[in-house]
Amino acid sequence: MASGSTTPIAATARAEASPLPGLIKDAGLFALVTLGLCVPIVSYRTDLGQGIGLVITSRWGTVFALCAAIFVLRFLQQLYLGGRDRRRAARAPVAVVEGASRLGAILSPITLGIALTLPFLAALGAGSLGEGRYWIDLGILILTYVMLGWGLNIVVGLAGLLDLGYVAFYAVGAYSYALLSTVFGLSFWICLPLAGLFAAAFGVLLGFPVLRLRGDYLAIVTLAFGEIIRLVLINWTDFSGGSAGISSIPRVSFFGLPFTAGENGFAATFGLAFNPMHRLVFLYYLILVLALVTNLVTLRMRRLPLGRAWEALREDEIACRSLGIDTTITKLTAFALGAMFAGFAGSFFAVRQAFVSPESFNFLESAIILAIVVLGGMGSQIGVAIAAIVMVGGPELLRNLGFLKAVFGEGFDPNEYRLLLFGLAMVAMMVFRPRGLISERTPSVTIAERGR
Amino acid sequence: MSVAGINVLVEETRALQAPLLDVRGVSAYYGSIQALKGVDLHVNEGEIVALIGANGAGKSTLMMTIFGQPQARTGSITYAGRDITRMATHEIARLNIAQSPEGRRIFSRMSVRENLQMGAAVHGGRHFAEDLERMCTLFPRLKERLDQRGGTMSGGEQQMLAIARALMSRPRLLMLDEPSLGLAPLIVKQIFSAVRDLNQREGLTVFIVEQNAYHALKLAHRGYVMVTGAVTMSGTGRELLDDPQVKAAYLEGGQH
Repeated sequence: MASGSTTPIAATARAEASPLPGLIKDAGLFALVTLGLCVPIVSYRTDLGQGIGLVITSRWGTVFALCAAIFVLRFLQQLYLGGRDRRRAARAPVAVVEGASRLGAILSPITLGIALTLPFLAALGAGSLGEGRYWIDLGILILTYVMLGWGLNIVVGLAGLLDLGYVAFYAVGAYSYALLSTVFGLSFWICLPLAGLFAAAFGVLLGFPVLRLRGDYLAIVTLAFGEIIRLVLINWTDFSGGSAGISSIPRVSFFGLPFTAGENGFAATFGLAFNPMHRLVFLYYLILVLALVTNLVTLRMRRLPLGRAWEALREDEIACRSLGIDTTITKLTAFALGAMFAGFAGSFFAVRQAFVSPESFNFLESAIILAIVVLGGMGSQIGVAIAAIVMVGGPELLRNLGFLKAVFGEGFDPNEYRLLLFGLAMVAMMVFRPRGLISERTPSVTIAERGR
Repeated sequence: MSVAGINVLVEETRALQAPLLDVRGVSAYYGSIQALKGVDLHVNEGEIVALIGANGAGKSTLMMTIFGQPQARTGSITYAGRDITRMATHEIARLNIAQSPEGRRIFSRMSVRENLQMGAAVHGGRHFAEDLERMCTLFPRLKERLDQRGGTMSGGEQQMLAIARALMSRPRLLMLDEPSLGLAPLIVKQIFSAVRDLNQREGLTVFIVEQNAYHALKLAHRGYVMVTGAVTMSGTGRELLDDPQVKAAYLEGGQH
């Protein structure tokens, strides 16, 4: 609609020049357009009559109601948008940048603090460790995705290589641990680095054929790679157990001490009363440490020449080459390092579930991880963490919307609307923060750091 | 002096006289389309050489071919006595040749400082602080914007950044592709005078590809004219400026 496409500046100018009459005129125009649309579509309905033929029912009341609703909505929207544009105009762009990084600076320690104390908070809030189980489980789930998001962020956010098959490396890690532990009886602590290495090797394997691809073409090939891994796992029954998966994978131990009630168990050794929750809390801290390691490595890499080369590669590959950067090595290391962290996360997944099957590694997983990176604002670490909380925790939260029953009646099941609400939230997010939650990239070198 | 001694001397003088960059009979293709048809040109140490020509003559292709992308199908490219015809782009860049590519190609989401760091990547930023200081003196505009994102600067500042980034690798040969493209005349003057300064004070060898023939030929010691993939004319900058054909084809029409 014509007036909808006016530039923000024009809208601001108009709103400032004649706030009320202008707004009413604008909203009136919208209502008029609605009327025009409604007359042929809504105003008459034909029903089957008693005998032969149709009966026309006029619905002018509905038409009027629709026009009125559009009028009011448009009026409110302009009122809000006008105010927002004016606020934006008043703020210097520099202030926005500072605001964004300050937001990150405030959020990071808070998020970290909550993450570090979550098991205690859950125990306190729910009464006992056992009752806080739901929250710790949710925390583990979210942290797994935070770690995957940070890992993929290396590939997509830093190096700019759109990878739609990231879940393949997650699967490689999970199956590495599952197979090594069930077949060879290796412990988790040996398998963890091995799983990372295997996944990294697969990362290089994927990297070689796609060296010359970029953007959409790269996305298609990586998507296919993810599917290949999943289909191999389903069909190579002798190796992976097919779609039945691998079960009874050994549980995690406290660096060799099993979490059992027995004499050699973790609780007995440390003189604690046995509690099955110990294992869960340990798993929670394990994934927290793994995720933080991913974060630290990424932050460190960004300051190293290789990490900066990744970012330069994302910006301009030709310029990179003409500056003497070996783009082959740069791309392969990004793929390998990103895949390695997915491998770690995968072996953690296997040890937590004690069961892996190809079903856990479908395209939807890749899509969710990619959505976390994109929503978080490509390249922003805290943004990715928050996006993971929203993406994984959000649907969980929507499970508990029992109060909506009071609004929509007994027959309303919030679970059925979970994905709808979720989709709406994502659309809203893309409208209001199109470049991600934390879209501002902090430079890896600043003046203050150099002491000048 | 013995004959052998004289021979050594002759060899040495020949090595001194051999051009820094020597392009011989180079042809290059984009798929089946021939973009370069046996180009011969050379750049001596300490010279500024300009290559002028119309849109689509193959000037940028030649520059890219020297940098190994696309690789020359026939002919040879020698730099400082080394055959670089078949080398990969990033390896050529490590031989002290720096390029400010067509369209600037700065890293727009990275800060000016980070852009310059990428330029120093070939020697791991050993003399980074010192070189940064030099660039700030050469282009004072960049000094004010060290922590600004590259993409938010004006076209002229971006061009300065592209040249400064190339210079960060301490090159022996600087190759500039259309540095004046889309810039205001005043900025073009600033950039060209910076290039002249570098050449006179530090003896930097410069190979410049330009459509802006007047400024380029005024700056250059020698020039070449390229038409549809082949060099058709060469001479000193002055000679070419005064040549009636060059005048008619490239100088008239208000490009001053």
